[in-house]
Order: sequence, then C-alpha cells, then structure tokens
Amino acid sequence: MSLSRAPASAAPGAVLVSADMERKRTPLWELHKQHGARLIDFGGWDLPVAYTAGTIKEHKAVREAVGLFDVSHMGEVYLRGPRVREAIELLTTNAVASAPAGKAVYTLLCRPSGGVVDDCIFYKRSDTEFFVIVNASNVAKDLAWFREHTHSLCEIEDVSDATALIAVQGPKAIALVDRLAGGTLGRLTSFTFTDATVAGVPCVATRTGYTGEDGFELACANADAPALWTALIDNLPPGGLPIGLGARDSLRLEAKLPLYGNDLDDDHTPLEAGLGWAVKLDREFIGAQALREQKQRGLATQLVGFKIADDARAIARHGYAVVDRSLPAGEAQVIGTVTSGAPGITVGGSIGLAYVPVALAQAGTQLTIDCRGKDIPATVVSGKFYKRT
Amino acid sequence: MSSYPTDLRYTHDHEWLRAAGTAWRVGITQFAVDQLGDITLVELPREGDLVTKGQRFGTIESVKSVSDLYAPVSGKVTAINAKLKDAPELVNSEPYAGGWIIEIEPTEKTEIDELLSPDAYVKHVAEQ
Repeated sequence: MSLSRAPASAAPGAVLVSADMERKRTPLWELHKQHGARLIDFGGWDLPVAYTAGTIKEHKAVREAVGLFDVSHMGEVYLRGPRVREAIELLTTNAVASAPAGKAVYTLLCRPSGGVVDDCIFYKRSDTEFFVIVNASNVAKDLAWFREHTHSLCEIEDVSDATALIAVQGPKAIALVDRLAGGTLGRLTSFTFTDATVAGVPCVATRTGYTGEDGFELACANADAPALWTALIDNLPPGGLPIGLGARDSLRLEAKLPLYGNDLDDDHTPLEAGLGWAVKLDREFIGAQALREQKQRGLATQLVGFKIADDARAIARHGYAVVDRSLPAGEAQVIGTVTSGAPGITVGGSIGLAYVPVALAQAGTQLTIDCRGKDIPATVVSGKFYKRT
Repeated sequence: MSSYPTDLRYTHDHEWLRAAGTAWRVGITQFAVDQLGDITLVELPREGDLVTKGQRFGTIESVKSVSDLYAPVSGKVTAINAKLKDAPELVNSEPYAGGWIIEIEPTEKTEIDELLSPDAYVKHVAEQ
C-alpha cells in the first residue's frame, strides 16, 4: 500500500510519512510526544493528527465530554491606533468595528473581487484596539493584506510566534475551564471574551470554537502554555481527551464550519459559500461592491452539504468532481467540486461539502460524485449535519 | 519483535503475506495501521479478479486519508475478507488476524521468493 501520498483532505502540504524537515513546533510539542501523539506535517507545522485514542474516540469525546486541542499554529495579530476602526471597517465584511468592546465577531476578509482572503474571528478590546486570530496557513498572506490596505490607519503587531492557543471544547468544557479560573469564566456568553487567569496562567479566554460544541479558546504566552495544558489534562473529567487534527476536521465538518483552503478560497465569495449572514452589505468594505452586484445578479454556484448514499460506502474528498453523465463526455461533465468530505462520526454515514450550480443546491437534489473513478450517488442536505441540543 | 510476526513475509509497501494452502493471505502491517489511524473504509476487489504485482487492487481510507493497496504478487483473488465491509476497524484492532484483506493465488511463485523477510522488513521500517 502507499503511505507516502498526501491525505486527501484538509491538510495542505501534509504527508503521512516524510523526511523530518524543519517543521515548526508549538510550545506543547514535547508534551504531545509524551502523550503518544502521531505527528504530521500540517502546513509546515509538526502537529498531532491523533493521540493514542484515535480519531473516532477523540471525535466522540468532544461530543460527549470534553477535548483539548493545541491550535497554537494559528496566527494572532493586534491592530491598534486612534483610527483603527476605519481600518477594520475596510477589511471586514461583518459588523466588527461597530461591535461592543468584549465581543468576538466571525468575519471574512475579501478581495475587491469578493473572493475570500481568509476567514477569522476579530476580538474588539476597545475602539482603539482589536485582536484577530487567523488561519495558520494564511498568517503571512493576511499580514501582507492588512499592511497593504491599512498601514496608514493603524499599527499592526504580529504576536503569532509568541502566542499559544488551546481550545477546550465539549459539553464539559465550561465547567472544566471555569473551575480552573476560580469561577470567573462560566458566565462569559457565546462570542465574547475576557482577560482571565486559568490555572495561574494569564490568558485571553474566548467563548468560541470550531467543533459545533460549547467551549473556550485560551490564548497565552508560549512559555505558559505547557503549565496550562498540563493543568487542563490533569483536571480532565471522565471521558475527556486531547484531540488531534483528524477529529478537529471531522468535528468542524459535521457542524458545517468552513475550512479555508478547502471550502473557502480566493475564487469563491462568502455569498457562494453560504456565509451571507457574516456579510453586511449596508456599508463599504473591500469587496462590498462586487458582492452587492453578485447578490443582485443572483448566484451561479453555491456551497452545499451532501450525504453519500448509505449503501455506496464511499468518502467523497476534497477535489473530487461532481458530474452530470447526461452531458457530452469529457470535462463538460464536471459541474461541481467537492471541497470537504469525511465519515460523519456522530451523525453517521459519509458527509461532505461541494460547490454546485445553484439549480442543484436544493435540499433533496441527487448528485453524482466521481470518487476515484467510481460514480457515487449523493443527496443535497440543508443546514448543519450536526446541531447540539 | 511482537508487532511484526516472524512467520510472515513482507513488502516495502507495508503489506504482509501468510501462506494459506496454495494461496497467500494479504494484510497491512502494524506500521501501516499506526500511520493511517482509524480506518473507516476498505474497498476490496471481487473474488476471481486478476491482480498484477505493483498495481492497485483496492483502497483503504481513514478519517483523514485515502491510500491505494498494491498487489504484492500477481495472481487471482481467491478470497476477500467480507467482514471489512461492516467492520473496517478490524484492520486497526487485528491487522494480522481478523483484519486480513484478500487472498491471492500467485501465478509466479518466484514473486513470493522476492518478498522481504521479517528481519529485512523491520530494517525497512526503521529507515522510515
């Protein structure tokens, strides 16, 4: 069998077995090794794809108890200054600049064409200071984008290399973090944040996540990260586990949370990706004009969720073609593209996301997906695959 | 070494073979299983299919990855492990027993002689 090919989904540049090149390490790397993590190259970072429990048990642990994620590879940037709100207005599609202090806001950064530079969460500390967490693979691209468009309006400080990020996610996450924070964090509401001390470590604690579960993300200094991680591990309730990238991907897909590089890119707009709720077209920002025009024209393609027919036993992965065999043979039969696909560990079956012509975007529509040379039937489903109760 | 039984033959592609009458049973090694993580799907050939050494005869998918299975020798598929259809996790839990994949009746017996000994395979893994 072949082990040296890249995983089919969600790990740009990753290979299962490769020469140990100069991969970047998070401050928790030694601890992951001790926990028996299987490390892979993820966009130049040496990160756990799974710990000893394995992806399926890890996925279930987050749905049923609590999971800890080292997401220190993500980027953290401060934007500051008396005119920073003008910069934020320009960069973001959502109502970030006007949000109250203490609020976390999911937004897209768009090109003038409407294509997506990145998706990220901005944290408004005050009218003169914002903090943003960006995708690891886009740190350099986003910084260049910020500098190009706002250099005269605000000061930009990249603290990615000095900052660790630990996500604590699942139904038992709030109690775990709240207890280690002396009861100060349980009352923090969804999509808000605060400075806090967790297990003696100064953090920015945000009530956000990427799993479809309730939880926190804790940003702290690199030097403090091992102490924070160890305190969380030592206090895990029954069923709690550290979680690798494999389950991070299967969890976010069930919750229909997009992954940049798979479901979002420079060539698709947030409207096509179904993220219109995060685009406020009543004001000006980079890309607003193109998005208004697209909205007026109507969409040609749309990102949809699909479920593979149960008896097909296939997984449709990133890059597989959605086909219409009634069209003339050849490239013309390719009418769409799968952007993400995985087994639905909690929801069952095999699920995924694909860009398809808008005429095929209705729930219940039958799709055909070319899975490695085999035509596999799938059905369009609306909404999230998994919604917590 | 317990994770690489000494009564098997091996390939550079992390497959093992065990004599089963005139056919050879084929599976993947503990090393391969450890690299793949939780296996969620095994695509098998049909009984009677002809396979060619080095050519793809099936695929094995984990949550995150999909890998081709290559025929270790040329021959006819005389049996498939139908249990993997509903329980692909057997490959994880019992890679050398209940997680076997197919049986091949080789056409060229010399291809069996070219397979790796346990010692040679352990050395190969150490170099990975």
